[in-house]
Amino acid sequence: MPRRTDIHRILVIGSGPIVIGQAAEFDYSGTQAARALREEGYEVILVNSNPATIMTDPEVADRTYIEPVTPEFVELVIEKEKPDALLPTMGGQTALNVAMKLSERGVLAKHGVELIGAKARAIKMAEDRKEFGDAMLRIGLKCPEGRIATTWDEALEIAEFTGYPAIIRPAFTLGGSGGGIAYNREEYESIVRGGLAASPVSQVLIERSLLGWKEFELEVMRDFADNVVIVCSIENIDPMGVHTGDSITVAPAMTLTDREYQVMRDAACAVIREIGVEAGGCNIQFAVNPANGEMVVIEMNPRVSRSSALASKATGFPIAKIGTKLAVGYRLDEITNDITKTTPASFEPVLDYVVVKCPRFAFEKFPNVPPTLTTQMKSVGESMAIGRTFKEAFQKGLRALETGRDGWTLGARPIDDRLPDETIESLRGALRQPTPERIFQIKRAMLAGLTVEQIFELTWVDPWFLHQMKELIEAERWFQSLHDMGAEELREMKRMGFSDKQLARLRGNHESDIRRQRWAQGVRPAYKMVDTCAGEFPSETPYLYSNYDEESEAPRSGKKSVVILGSGPNRIGQGVEFDYMCVRAVMALRDRGIETIMINSNPETVSTDYDTADKLYFEPLTLEDVLEVVDREQPLGVIVQLGGQTPLKLTRGLEAAGVKILGTSPDAIDIAEDRERFDQIARSLNIRQPENGTATSVDAAVQVASTIGYPVLVRPSYVLGGRAMQIVYDEPSMRDYFETAARVSEDRPVLIDRFLEDAFEADVDAISDGKIVVIGGVMQHIENAGIHSGDSACVLPPFLIREEQIAVMKQHAIALAKALGVVGLMNVQFAVKDNVVYVLEVNPRGSRTIPFVSKAIGVPLASVAARCMIGDTLEEIGFTEEIVPPFVSVKEAVFPFTKFPGFDPVLGPEMRSTGEVMGIADTFGTAYARAQLAADNALPLEGAIFVTVNDADKPNVTSIARRYHEMGFVLYATEGTAKFLRGHGVPTRTVNKLHEGRPHGVDLMVNGEVRLLINTPLGKHAKYDDYRLRQTAVAHRVSYTTTLSAAEAACDAILALKSRRPTVRSLQEWHQMLAEEMGVGGG
Amino acid sequence: MPLRDSIKGFLLLEDGTLFLGQLTGQVPPTVAEVVFTTNMSGYQEVFTDPSYKGQIVVMTAPMIGNYGVNHEDPESAGAQVAGIVVREISRSYSNWRADGDLAGWLGPLGVPILHGVDTRRLTRHLRSVGVMRGVIGVGAEATAEARAALEACPSMEGLDLASVVSTRKEYSWGAADAPYHIVAFDYGIKRNILRLFEDHGCRITVVPSTTSAEDVLARKPNGVFFSNGPGDPAAVDYARQTIRTIADRKVPIFGICLGHQLIGLTFGGSTMKLPYGHRGGNHPVKELATGRVLITSQNHGFAVKGGEDGIPGAPDLEVTHVNLNDGTVEGLRHRSLPLFAVQYHPEAAPGPHDARPLFKQFLNAVRDDVTRSAATA
Repeated sequence: MPRRTDIHRILVIGSGPIVIGQAAEFDYSGTQAARALREEGYEVILVNSNPATIMTDPEVADRTYIEPVTPEFVELVIEKEKPDALLPTMGGQTALNVAMKLSERGVLAKHGVELIGAKARAIKMAEDRKEFGDAMLRIGLKCPEGRIATTWDEALEIAEFTGYPAIIRPAFTLGGSGGGIAYNREEYESIVRGGLAASPVSQVLIERSLLGWKEFELEVMRDFADNVVIVCSIENIDPMGVHTGDSITVAPAMTLTDREYQVMRDAACAVIREIGVEAGGCNIQFAVNPANGEMVVIEMNPRVSRSSALASKATGFPIAKIGTKLAVGYRLDEITNDITKTTPASFEPVLDYVVVKCPRFAFEKFPNVPPTLTTQMKSVGESMAIGRTFKEAFQKGLRALETGRDGWTLGARPIDDRLPDETIESLRGALRQPTPERIFQIKRAMLAGLTVEQIFELTWVDPWFLHQMKELIEAERWFQSLHDMGAEELREMKRMGFSDKQLARLRGNHESDIRRQRWAQGVRPAYKMVDTCAGEFPSETPYLYSNYDEESEAPRSGKKSVVILGSGPNRIGQGVEFDYMCVRAVMALRDRGIETIMINSNPETVSTDYDTADKLYFEPLTLEDVLEVVDREQPLGVIVQLGGQTPLKLTRGLEAAGVKILGTSPDAIDIAEDRERFDQIARSLNIRQPENGTATSVDAAVQVASTIGYPVLVRPSYVLGGRAMQIVYDEPSMRDYFETAARVSEDRPVLIDRFLEDAFEADVDAISDGKIVVIGGVMQHIENAGIHSGDSACVLPPFLIREEQIAVMKQHAIALAKALGVVGLMNVQFAVKDNVVYVLEVNPRGSRTIPFVSKAIGVPLASVAARCMIGDTLEEIGFTEEIVPPFVSVKEAVFPFTKFPGFDPVLGPEMRSTGEVMGIADTFGTAYARAQLAADNALPLEGAIFVTVNDADKPNVTSIARRYHEMGFVLYATEGTAKFLRGHGVPTRTVNKLHEGRPHGVDLMVNGEVRLLINTPLGKHAKYDDYRLRQTAVAHRVSYTTTLSAAEAACDAILALKSRRPTVRSLQEWHQMLAEEMGVGGG
Repeated sequence: MPLRDSIKGFLLLEDGTLFLGQLTGQVPPTVAEVVFTTNMSGYQEVFTDPSYKGQIVVMTAPMIGNYGVNHEDPESAGAQVAGIVVREISRSYSNWRADGDLAGWLGPLGVPILHGVDTRRLTRHLRSVGVMRGVIGVGAEATAEARAALEACPSMEGLDLASVVSTRKEYSWGAADAPYHIVAFDYGIKRNILRLFEDHGCRITVVPSTTSAEDVLARKPNGVFFSNGPGDPAAVDYARQTIRTIADRKVPIFGICLGHQLIGLTFGGSTMKLPYGHRGGNHPVKELATGRVLITSQNHGFAVKGGEDGIPGAPDLEVTHVNLNDGTVEGLRHRSLPLFAVQYHPEAAPGPHDARPLFKQFLNAVRDDVTRSAATA
């Protein structure tokens, strides 16, 4: 069966902003899908609100709609574009849910749009807990014993049947959102109620717990001819009870006999057939009782997923790409295996290596939130490592996380491994609770003498994995006891994945000593290929991983090459934006005939697609691993400025080892980070900064702060995403900060800046070839100073900052870029207070706003930067003048607060957003409204608003409140604010504070009367009332804003929403407008 | 860290390529043809598969022994391989069915384990140069003793190993009152074939490879099965007359692997040695009648010459299946007689179960034949 010729135009839906449970993997799958369809000659229409993706770059689809991924907006796109088919399986749960809504509402039928990849019936059967259970029964498979509840009363009855602990799984949610494990009645009620609210169909499945069972996943594909292949098996180290996204997982399965594996395989084939996924892929999860091998089916996702991205990277079998081709009619045997290029895709990959995936968490950003891992996913990113053995991959995976562990190593103190002390009792207690640190607690337990059997009883981690870990401890002891270490001993340790740093610690010397000895003795890594077939067939695709076997397969082309360092696991503060830039750099350099070499450890991304760069090294981004690749490849140089802090941190080490850094010099990077050196430059350029100082002790910090005057902004130096950054209002708070949030010492200085209250902030991205500097864009923050730039909404071009101040910012940016000798990208953050422009921060590297700016101005800045770094001039590239678009682009941040119940969702200088969306329109109001809708902040068009602001904000709230009143909203406020507003002629109803009796503000929100909360917090010591209000808003999905500027912007947005029916315009159309305006094509 | 009880060892190939590792188990030198299999699970089934008789098996899967060994999974009475080469042998095991560890089980059976080897380098070498003989020996370099043993080792081509592994006396498998009686020629039969026949309502009489057609026909079997087995099919010349005689009596016939090759030879085809064989559990085979692709378990070093268009010299045979990787013949049937055979292993063990329906297909032929005979009687 060749491809279908009865369809021509295909709509692909993306997954929207990065949230926990739905991350960069859908940029990878969406990009693959769009490319695969265009390769086949189809016209591709794309909808996705996330600007920080390769898939939304204008070259990837024929027309790209950066619009909210909601049924309403997708319908508008369908009306305009009239596609023949819709591929709903590439954009995660979001795309699937939107497609289902459109199908149910008859929109697809009305416009003659066919669902391809998975039909509505199959999606429903897979997602509806009851239908899925029935389907499994029909094919003789067991599901966990469970029942469906749609109300709390039903759930109460079910609890009598399941007992505790009980597992609650809401239908149609992503990443297990709203689910959990209830150990008692109280937890049960809260999780069930939360789950019912989270499920779009108010349905939860309540299951008897299978805690302690082993968990497996299979990735399955099927074509129209009913051919089925299993792409990959994955085994979780953490047993059932921990979401697979939060578990350390291993591919292929390690502890299944062939008999057991084949039973699982048969079950998987039966499931995909029964559910009726006609042409595409799915992921099926199984639980196996370790005592008797009993197997049950947990769930099935009829779409590509995080696991399928992992499986694609783990095997070299591109699931999204192949799934797309199957969806348009190809059979598996008609598609060529992309890696071998000689065998068909109708086979099952075999691995001659072991893959370990490790989750990366962000609990440090959410103090007070219990770090317990449950069935609801909480990790924000992941690393993947490939080794020849489990031990090797496991240690590489842990060091690739970049959380300060060089492998399977202990934290410096028990508390770093989340243990109060080193007693056996504490260990036992901790081991029973899955947390991010449990894997290290296991090591402590082994060192403390607990046996594998004892640890198994506490953790239910399969004894095979525990024995593997124990062997690592035995190896450490052996290595420590050696009199001399020769090549053989070193190689033995390296083959178990020990890093040079780990070995140095064991021998009491320095990483560089170990490296010198190792190199002198010729103990160097070999690079083997991931080839889908365990070497059975020749392969030409240089997808490589390091190991310490004998034969290296990395080809040498002799061409000029450049190494691009990726950004490692996603984390808050360093997300898909950085991967985007790396990929753009690769694209630009490939076009220029340079061989591109990517090093990265993140399996979710486009950068680690084996056909993105000419060569892919799937390696941890540590100095050791990078140096080995660079030494082997001998590139022209290394690009460090596009992958965020991860590569930047390696700069000094690389330079010291004689590696050429392309673009801005390491010294300039250092100047920007070094307070004193930077002050000199700023002074010489007449650029103002907030008064500031550096301290290396608590007392010194207090001293500096009192000199500058409170409030001050404190933060450790060299951080990204505002890690541990706080606004401190007085001395006790300052001392408290060092108690709880950050450490300070000689080699860990803290930076202290005067905090400019009520200042405007702006970001400027600029680019330089070393000769001229061109402004990429000026973005005005919606939120005032004090909110991390990554968490603030922003608008391009600025709409409230005065022209002369914008001009000053541009001058400053250009002067700084010249003074620092920037070659490539630079980002400057400004604050404007009392008409004075201050420079807050300079980062001579690509910033997270680059993808947004690139889309807004129609120039791929990261590509341009990469070309500058290899010596092309901006003149040659044709980008010599700033482009100020005649339309408005708004970026809004997206937060994970619903995943961390109990956390106060107030914004501050520490970044907490996981992703971003973009809205483009003719006016600010419409663009802001679009961004809010895309970020799932449904702005009300009518109803009541609850205003509660601090005294400082009261004078400014009047005009905003009046606007809402004039638009027909009813205003509520507590006594003080209400009186104030009425005093200024704004009709306002008074509502009780929480302690004043009921009904109070929370009641109004819970009952759905209040649709928007405007609440500005009272400084650091926000009152409990405030916290309860914001909490309620998050839990009950009431729109809220914690700044007045955002409240004002929301006002503009609501006005825009009320005044006209939305229309959609593709990014290509916007860019066409730019081209006409500028008289030339953009970049 | 060296494994307890391990000593330095090597594998020397006949082209002089040397691979170093560590050795446990029986003290070599052990000489045999070196082949690789890409099965990711099922090592115990592989090591007990009689088709691997006289071979040193390289496992491309790097971690072997993780789930130990048990008494249910062996495919024959004991280990059949001459030796095994792995990247890492697990020092511990975990599985609810396990009753021992792999090294502890193979040791007493006289099978050397060379581990710590760069098995990917070895696999790539065999793939590009072709399978060849090799010797596993003790030490960090090839010894003269090992070289001498290697010189003395016969080539696999022209070797009749089927009669070596075949049962010496016949035996019966399955319930005595089962509805159907199948006679199975044992050229190295795997137990799972017998288990599947039993599951399909058969009593099986397993007979030595050299049993005559007359002996078999005298038992009035409802069907006859020609099993898998090791060695060069061309050397098993005594089988052809037997197959021809039985086929001419229109008894339903089914063959697997070596059985398939022998049937091909019987009806005029010829066989060839593949450069590096097909061994693993992921080979795509196309069923020509339906276009369906089956993921199959394979273990063969020889194949029937031909392809999708037919088998040269055997006009009566029709090709039913081909391998999608290299186009080789994977299945055939006789144009007029109730006879079919496959090159791959529908009984799997280890491997996927996609081709299991072939047993049913054979039993359908058997049932039809029984019904027809009853009608004409």
